[in-house]
Amino acid sequence: MQIGIPLETLKGETRVAATPKTVAQLIKLGHSVIVEAGAGAKSSYPDAEFEAAGAVIGDRAQSWAAPVVAKINPPNAREINQLAKGTTLISLIAPGRSPELVEKLTKRGLTVMAMDAVPRISRAQALDVLSSMANIAGYRAVIEAANEFGSFFTGQVTAAGKVPPAKVFVSGAGVAGLAAVGTAKSLGAIVRATDLRAEVAEQVQSMGGEFVAVQAEQQKSSDGYAKEASDAYKEAAAQLYADQCKDVDIIITTALIPGKPAPRLITAEMVATMKPGSVIVDMAASNGGNVEGSVADKMVVTENGVKIIGYTDLPGRLPTQASQLYGTNVVNLFKLLTPNKDGEVNLDFDDVVIRGMTVCKDGDLMWPPPPVQVSAAAPAAAVAVVPVEEPAVKAAREAAEAKAKGRRQLLTSVIAAILVILAVTFSPASFVGAFTVFALAVIVGFYVISGVAHSLHTPLMAQTNAISGIILVGAVLQLGSTDLAVLIMSFIAAAIASINIFGGFLVSYRMLSMFKKGA
Amino acid sequence: MLTQFIDGMYIVAGVLFILSLAGLSKQTTSRVGNIAGMVGMVLALAAVIAASVTTSWVANQAGSPTRLPWMITLGLILAVLVIGAAIGTPIARKVEMTQMPELIAIFHSFVGMAAVLVGFNSFAVPGEGAGGTVHLVEVALGVLIGAYTFTGSVVAYLKLSAKMSSAPLTLPGRNLLNLAGFAIFVALMVSFTMFGTGEHHAPTMLGWGLIIGIAAIGFLLGYHMVAAIGGGDMPVVVSMLNSYSGWAAAAAGFMLNNNLLIITGSLVGSSGAILSYIMCRAMNRSFISVILGGFGVDGGTVAASSDEQGEHREIDAAGAADMLLNAKSVVITPGYGMAVAKAQYPVAEITSQLRAKGINVRFGVHPVAGRLPGHMNVLLAEANVPYDIVLEMDEINEDFPETDVVLVIGANDTVNPAALDDPGSPIAGMPVLEVWKAENVIVFKRSMATGYAGVQNPLFFKENTQMLFGDAKQRVEDILKALD
Repeated sequence: MQIGIPLETLKGETRVAATPKTVAQLIKLGHSVIVEAGAGAKSSYPDAEFEAAGAVIGDRAQSWAAPVVAKINPPNAREINQLAKGTTLISLIAPGRSPELVEKLTKRGLTVMAMDAVPRISRAQALDVLSSMANIAGYRAVIEAANEFGSFFTGQVTAAGKVPPAKVFVSGAGVAGLAAVGTAKSLGAIVRATDLRAEVAEQVQSMGGEFVAVQAEQQKSSDGYAKEASDAYKEAAAQLYADQCKDVDIIITTALIPGKPAPRLITAEMVATMKPGSVIVDMAASNGGNVEGSVADKMVVTENGVKIIGYTDLPGRLPTQASQLYGTNVVNLFKLLTPNKDGEVNLDFDDVVIRGMTVCKDGDLMWPPPPVQVSAAAPAAAVAVVPVEEPAVKAAREAAEAKAKGRRQLLTSVIAAILVILAVTFSPASFVGAFTVFALAVIVGFYVISGVAHSLHTPLMAQTNAISGIILVGAVLQLGSTDLAVLIMSFIAAAIASINIFGGFLVSYRMLSMFKKGA
Repeated sequence: MLTQFIDGMYIVAGVLFILSLAGLSKQTTSRVGNIAGMVGMVLALAAVIAASVTTSWVANQAGSPTRLPWMITLGLILAVLVIGAAIGTPIARKVEMTQMPELIAIFHSFVGMAAVLVGFNSFAVPGEGAGGTVHLVEVALGVLIGAYTFTGSVVAYLKLSAKMSSAPLTLPGRNLLNLAGFAIFVALMVSFTMFGTGEHHAPTMLGWGLIIGIAAIGFLLGYHMVAAIGGGDMPVVVSMLNSYSGWAAAAAGFMLNNNLLIITGSLVGSSGAILSYIMCRAMNRSFISVILGGFGVDGGTVAASSDEQGEHREIDAAGAADMLLNAKSVVITPGYGMAVAKAQYPVAEITSQLRAKGINVRFGVHPVAGRLPGHMNVLLAEANVPYDIVLEMDEINEDFPETDVVLVIGANDTVNPAALDDPGSPIAGMPVLEVWKAENVIVFKRSMATGYAGVQNPLFFKENTQMLFGDAKQRVEDILKALD
């Protein structure tokens, strides 16, 4: 089927829904691609490269006339009118927040797939635009902050004096937050991050950041997104933010709740306590902002000299990369839509990913889709309430336990020693000698074996097998007896023990000769 | 003077055995250790043959009827050695490395049986200065441990060679049964020391009945305790039986008042005990509960809770090959499944091909992978994988975050993140290979069935995990083809 890639008309938009690389992949799936002339100019993909990749370059009308149109921003009224009935439109729609747009598209008789309505299940990650764009945005947020910040991020000791490293605080450890943590860390800053989902602490640490937990009851996510927090939590969180504001140089806020205005995390009073020259990037500015005083698409400088950046086009500020990732997301959607690679688009509603993204089909409203349980979420039973122990109390309890254990061990050893002494006192002299040898050999064995490399355990066992064939000695000593029963028994015992000796040593030898060191 | 000479030989042999085990602790000295053990054994055999033959000779000279002519004694001894060599050598030559666990188990049973027979003999003909209560206690203990080791090892052999179901046998009140068995043993032993011998320490008929009863109790206990242990816990069982076979030999040494037997037996006994202890720690189980037997029972009952936990993704051999070629660092974590499928050869081939392309390929071996401690290492060595790229769990776990691709071949419980994440899991707290921290994980598996512990593995549903279904060997060979 032909896929149309129009030029994005939204003001300030720099991206495009396909790149030469993704065009080639779409063609491999059996589709043909028509790209509006100049569509990739702002993201450094000239028309010639699209043509070289196999696309046809057309005008605006041609690209909108294709049976499938893939773009980035939701279409405006004029663009909707350009779409023929029965066309499939693939775009960001935000169906939850824009009911009028959904209604218009449905009335027009279109089939619409929202790239920003991908269910958050593992399999669908490959086409999740929100993730891929958030990743870019998180990176860019740090770059914007660094651009406005008057000092180094990394600490240095120079001939002109010591430079302390910048302190960066990231609120919200989603995709964007984690990308910001990683970027700030790689620039050399000290990075801290917080999130109301305590389980992301490990992810923050894996990116090189330090996780700062809010000291209150935590919540678990059952659908992969953060939820609104409780009052007690909010109070504790506010305290945490207030403390961080006094300390850090850069703050990046990423807190978004789907379908609701962004939570207010940082108040004007907190901003007032920040050092002059500090930078705040409010990545939620388009949804009302996490920071009091932030303005969407603008940078504001407060009275005490703190810069609050509210840019909403952060992904678009890396147009080449953003287009490539968006384009790949689109290709991955087409892989689902054309499983046979025959260029036919097939909407399989048994697939929760496709069902979840479909806003309307041939003029029938399909929104909202049935809910999907996220595989990443832990089963609810796992959220058992664990009483939280104060670290100091815990340490004291552990120390007490260790002490009690030590005492028990000492007592056991003393009793064992007394029993041994008693046993030896009341036994015949010959036994005492034998027992001495026994005790010493056990201890020698203990020390000899404790150091054995794990990889040699099997040969070791074969060897000890062979050595325990030494019981042959006992049998051989009795082998000359004239008592027939004794003779037969000792003969059998000696014979099977000698199988052990020969077999054990040889098999151990064979195994050891197989162990070779690499070149 | 001859006695001292023989004792001297015994001392040297004992020292050589100690050196032998010490040598086996490192790859570089292991072969010397092996040879030291052989030399020690030759010295010990020479000494004991000399002792036995001269005993006969002295008795012959004195006209005593208790010993056969020395020529016949010597002949019998040589016959025994010929039999041992004739049976043992071909077994050692031919045994498949995948069958090592069975072989070692059956060897343990030989030692156990020999200990029982030696015990009977020592009771029938007590040596010089032997006899009395202490000797009878030694005989009773030696026979019990030997009998226990014998049936325990035979059951372990049958389970390992799949001639018997590996599922744990769970009789009602099994701990009580064991306890009762032990109580009966104590009662038998006490009566044995009181009524076992008559005048001049000569065995009585009642004594024979009692010692045979003790052997029977040992046989039953050994059977029951090992039958109650699930197949997945075999590494611990085999090393535990290794320990018991040592104690059996040491008990024989006590009866015969022979220091070499005591030294060697307790060396083997304590080495087996330490090995089992290491295994237990690797599986996070209590050492005591294993030593007492009846272990792995709790693990068998949890299969019911293993419901699906999400979706898994599949990959084909070509995709896997592609992923491997694009990787810089690859770690392979083999498990028992690799041994079953005999996939170690194609795995080794993939390893050498990838290494030739400059990709860093290493192996991560969990302490309890396979059915025998160190089983995987032997299999990989057999397939010519250099031992310096085969690492232990602790050595490799830190490197997973920097690893591009992990191949999980036939392993399941040893790579299960539930052991760390889920305190309710039956394997909770067991250290595992943290493969999920790598960029990509490819799991080779026959189906989505659970591992030996019967626990579902959340690894299969992780975002970075892809499943490659089918016979491990077949799939690895497919990858090999795709690599060319």
